[in-house]
Amino acid sequence: MSKRKAYYASKVKRATHMLFYKRHKKPGVKGWELRKVLGSDYPKVLKVLDDYLKAMDLQVKTVFEEERQIEKPTLEQLDKARFFVTLRGELTPKEAKMVGWRIDDLAGLAITISHIISKKGKAPRKEVEELLRNKLPGWKVGLNIDRYVHYGYLSQDENEQLYLDWRTRAEVDQKALIDLLLRAEG
Amino acid sequence: MQSKREREKVGREKLQNIVESCRSVEKRSLDPFLIDVSESINVARQYLPEWEIPEDLCLDAETIHQLASVIKLQSEWVKHRSTSLYTDPFLLEEKLERMPKEEIVGTFLKIWCPIVELEQISLHSLAEAMRYWESLLPLSERWKELSPAEVEAGLATKEELVEQKILRDKAFSEELEDLWRELKAKAKDADGRISYWDFVGAETYEETVDRAFMTSFLITYGYATLEIHPLEEQVFIKPHETPEAKVGKKQLISVPIAIPVEEWIRWKNGEQK
Repeated sequence: MSKRKAYYASKVKRATHMLFYKRHKKPGVKGWELRKVLGSDYPKVLKVLDDYLKAMDLQVKTVFEEERQIEKPTLEQLDKARFFVTLRGELTPKEAKMVGWRIDDLAGLAITISHIISKKGKAPRKEVEELLRNKLPGWKVGLNIDRYVHYGYLSQDENEQLYLDWRTRAEVDQKALIDLLLRAEG
Repeated sequence: MQSKREREKVGREKLQNIVESCRSVEKRSLDPFLIDVSESINVARQYLPEWEIPEDLCLDAETIHQLASVIKLQSEWVKHRSTSLYTDPFLLEEKLERMPKEEIVGTFLKIWCPIVELEQISLHSLAEAMRYWESLLPLSERWKELSPAEVEAGLATKEELVEQKILRDKAFSEELEDLWRELKAKAKDADGRISYWDFVGAETYEETVDRAFMTSFLITYGYATLEIHPLEEQVFIKPHETPEAKVGKKQLISVPIAIPVEEWIRWKNGEQK
């Protein structure tokens, strides 16, 4: 193995440990943490790791502070961003069940997220509850919303307004979701 | 023809309605274009010459402020509509209503990329934990019980309360009168006035602060007055023969005089002017 390859192999290992294992309350690692451990060429290390993960249907996902994807981020923007390892492809409904989600809860999450997106990223909790009550039993609606908030998909302010939170930004392609829902035949 | 009073009343109601509508648009995330901003501004402009009292002018300002917030919301609305993320919420709601749960989930799973997180114990962390456990002191040693000293309840005497500065040994007015008499006596020996520091200064700093506090009442209640020479940086205190009621005759001003420890030490050492 060449010196250069060995150098990156050891860095990729460190990056894997940092990204896969939960270090804080929230999963993922901040760019500046990666820079501290891996050095200033950490974006390159992450690129190598991302290539490795492709074969396993996983990817390194970057979530910027600016709440939108950035084509050519600066080092400062990368330092402030949070990096995660997420699934690259799709889960089947059966697999979704295996990762701990019931079909009802997942449908509720999809409806909630798409409704908030259509309302410019903010919707009153009461309105979302009403929407979910159409298809979910009443007693479950409040519990489900609390669960989405707890997981970090949503956040709620003191006026009971719901917003999309960090986990939605990391896991959900918002534009693709709306496009797919509008194109659905239902 | 409406009287001025009636016009004012109608105007107030109209402005209050505008403010309420703007607030409900903001609070309930309603379509900001429900508010006819140009018409509302015309209403505000129409009634502006009627307003005379501050409350009405405040209402007018509040109306303009709320309308500005609505204009901001309208601009955000337009910006959002021009982005690729814009979707008509009603269209989407209708779509979701018609879609079976399974289809919604199927669609969501196409774009959902859940985060991979692992939590696992390793041999290294187990060994680390064991080392920590071994070096950890037992709880009985870490949380040694602190037995609070038992204090018997009892009655406090007046002397004790005076000692703890909870009570004064004389009535306030009595103390003020004594201080006034002392000031008059000291000022008589000088030329009818005495340097502020020479009067309030005492053996201890605490006593000095206490005298300064009482002296401020002497001045406020008209028992004495201050003579300030800003260029020389000198302050004198002059007693009155009889207390003077100042309110209504002259304009009263507050004179803050700091009593820092350093100044007191300088006075004690005779360095004060």
